[in-house]
Amino acid sequence: MDKYLVSPNPHIHASVSTNSLMWDVVIALLPATIVSVVFYGWAELLVLAVSIASCVLLEKGIAIWPMRRPAVANSASAAVTGLLLALNLPPTTPWWVVFIGALVAIGVAKMTYGGLGQNVFNPALVGRVFLLVSFPTYMTHWEIPAGLFGADAVTGPTLLGLVNEGGPAAVEGLDYMQTLFLNIGGSAGEISALALLLGWCYLLVRRVIKPWITLSIFGTVALVSLIFHLADPAAFTGPVFNLLTGGLILGACFMATDYVTSPMTTVGGIVYGVGIGFILMMIRYFGSYPEGVSFAILLMNMAVPLLNRAFHQKKYGRA
Amino acid sequence: MSKVTFSIGGVHPADAKIARAHATEVLPLPPTVWISMAQHLGAPATPVVAVGDKVKAGQVIGEPAGFISAFVHSSVSGTVKSIGPRKDIAGNPVNHIEIEVEGDEWAEGIDLSTDIVREIPSDRQFILDRIKANGVVGLGGATFPTHVKLSPPPGKVAECLILNGAECEPYLTSDFRILLERTEEIVIGAAIMRRVLGDCPCVIGIEDNKPEAIAAVREVLASGSYEGISVLPLKKMYPQGGEKQLIDAVMHRQVRSGGLPIDVGAVVQNVATSLAVYEAVQKNKPLVTNVLTVTGDCLDDAHLHNYLFRIGMPLSYIAQYAGGVPEGAAKIISGGPMMGKAIANLDATTVKGSSSLLYLSEKATRRHEAGYCIRCGRCADACPMGLEPFLLNRLYKADDLDGLIAASAQDCIECGCCLYSCPAYIPLLDFVRQAKGRAMGELRARAAAAKAAAEAAKASSSDNDKK
Repeated sequence: MDKYLVSPNPHIHASVSTNSLMWDVVIALLPATIVSVVFYGWAELLVLAVSIASCVLLEKGIAIWPMRRPAVANSASAAVTGLLLALNLPPTTPWWVVFIGALVAIGVAKMTYGGLGQNVFNPALVGRVFLLVSFPTYMTHWEIPAGLFGADAVTGPTLLGLVNEGGPAAVEGLDYMQTLFLNIGGSAGEISALALLLGWCYLLVRRVIKPWITLSIFGTVALVSLIFHLADPAAFTGPVFNLLTGGLILGACFMATDYVTSPMTTVGGIVYGVGIGFILMMIRYFGSYPEGVSFAILLMNMAVPLLNRAFHQKKYGRA
Repeated sequence: MSKVTFSIGGVHPADAKIARAHATEVLPLPPTVWISMAQHLGAPATPVVAVGDKVKAGQVIGEPAGFISAFVHSSVSGTVKSIGPRKDIAGNPVNHIEIEVEGDEWAEGIDLSTDIVREIPSDRQFILDRIKANGVVGLGGATFPTHVKLSPPPGKVAECLILNGAECEPYLTSDFRILLERTEEIVIGAAIMRRVLGDCPCVIGIEDNKPEAIAAVREVLASGSYEGISVLPLKKMYPQGGEKQLIDAVMHRQVRSGGLPIDVGAVVQNVATSLAVYEAVQKNKPLVTNVLTVTGDCLDDAHLHNYLFRIGMPLSYIAQYAGGVPEGAAKIISGGPMMGKAIANLDATTVKGSSSLLYLSEKATRRHEAGYCIRCGRCADACPMGLEPFLLNRLYKADDLDGLIAASAQDCIECGCCLYSCPAYIPLLDFVRQAKGRAMGELRARAAAAKAAAEAAKASSSDNDKK
């Protein structure tokens, strides 16, 4: 009998692991990544390579020293952080700026808290925001190189940047089909709303994430912008514009839904999503930055421990 | 496909009911059986035979030692060789009666024919007495004495008898086989229990991965002889066979924490129990046989079996008869893969509630090394009691007893959904089980202290009255 295992129940396990979930996120980001490489070419490939390699190596390195807990390092999770960071940067970002972003994301925002599962803030967003405030010239410089296959190069500010300067009139006559497929200007991952939504659907089908956080962000953005737009169309852009532009879809589908930094329960997640949607619209309408997705998510990350305390699962027999 | 299921949590393990097509075979008698005195929830039975006594199959050899206890009968005819402690499947010593098998002679008054007796006795007490005298206990897992469960406390009324044919555990097929092979007897058992409970309606819940069983029961009910009994196909979802979950699925009611099913008007009995009730009442046959499945991912189709066994047969004897323990087996389990117990001692014997001999391969069952919690919340989504296992795990490690009670650690049903669904392989249930034990101990201590304080206050006030 000695050779048989004895352990408490359950004796089987679902075919899911931390690594399989992380790789699913990578797969979900592939459409957007491919579009960004096709559109921006070699420069984007460099940003992706530097970001992912830096994140994975930094995570491994910091876990070995000074943490001295090599088991903490999770390459799949670090690769996701690297990929998301790259997709949140302009394709023209110099490689050393990308490296600093990775250092802040992994070194400061993740490993300082204890590594995988312990961080309060979304590491990729901390990296991005650090670069945004430290290197504003690189981070808002949307000079777009020609794509791999010679796609038309477009230069100029982002749509949100135009609105921030000149109000809704600046984007009058905008072709929304263009934003769905090929946005003009912005971070690498923001080019195609469709590619991002395709990846999000993959995550839903694979049951990696639930739709509620993303939907509550979209819903809040739509509602807030509808109210403001109806009140004063000359001063405030409408729901369609706000839903399809900037980093909203990337943020709502892939950044706000990060397991570690979002609430544990569905109700908590909805409150968290409403908070993100509201804050980002306030920044877009009244802030000095044209875009507020990153700040909104980071601000709501802070509220997650409180949301976990306030909103619990519906318990059986305690209605 | 049915959409009816319980409302909170649950997981979808592959059903793996590979032994479903194998008809029940009768196991031959071994040379010796060892019959446990602790086959039911509650006090172990007291042996009432002595070494050297001749016994017949169906004869009482153990008497109940308390209100919650049950009769134990010999499953074979032969001579009592010894009475004393013997190891159960976990290796714990339990009082057993060893009987050397001689022939197969049954006690007087037991109807061994296969004729179906349809006329149901009208006397409630007669029915309950027969159920009790024939040692019937719940065969869905808890082995709670059935006559106790069928006697609601004063003031409580049964509004629905739920017959549990969910068999939500992967691999197990014994309930499925008896639903196919003994359909009418099970329905008559339900009709008998309905009568005891004051003719309340009866719903037979069967998961929709067993359409043949649903059809078989429907066919029996279509005869029109069984009023007040219906079939409810349920959406396949684990742990649907859990008493609280099944009540939620069938009646859309939830039993409050610490309460009993009868509080919401429910009485839940397993289909195998219903068959035992039929045999006890209609045939006066004690509960000395049951069906178990020999199955597992490391067995080929030729080695899968559903066996009618007699209680007291050593598991090793059944394993040998079925062709030996398969080469690739890494763990042997009694019960299903979600809630069954790993067998530490294959020489242990079958008991009333035995349901399987499940062989799982290393690949299927080996636990992975635990990683770090990524706060995905899958454990909380999976928990059918609406608990937050990640939180209970942390509170337990922080030794926060008040926190554990506030987070309802005491409500855990140990179904295993949390550990099953954790992508970091954190052994959540191992810790939550400990947490539950601590929370329940504390709640009992508090209740006892409150009672003592109330009695002391009462005593002092009556003292004052005297003065």
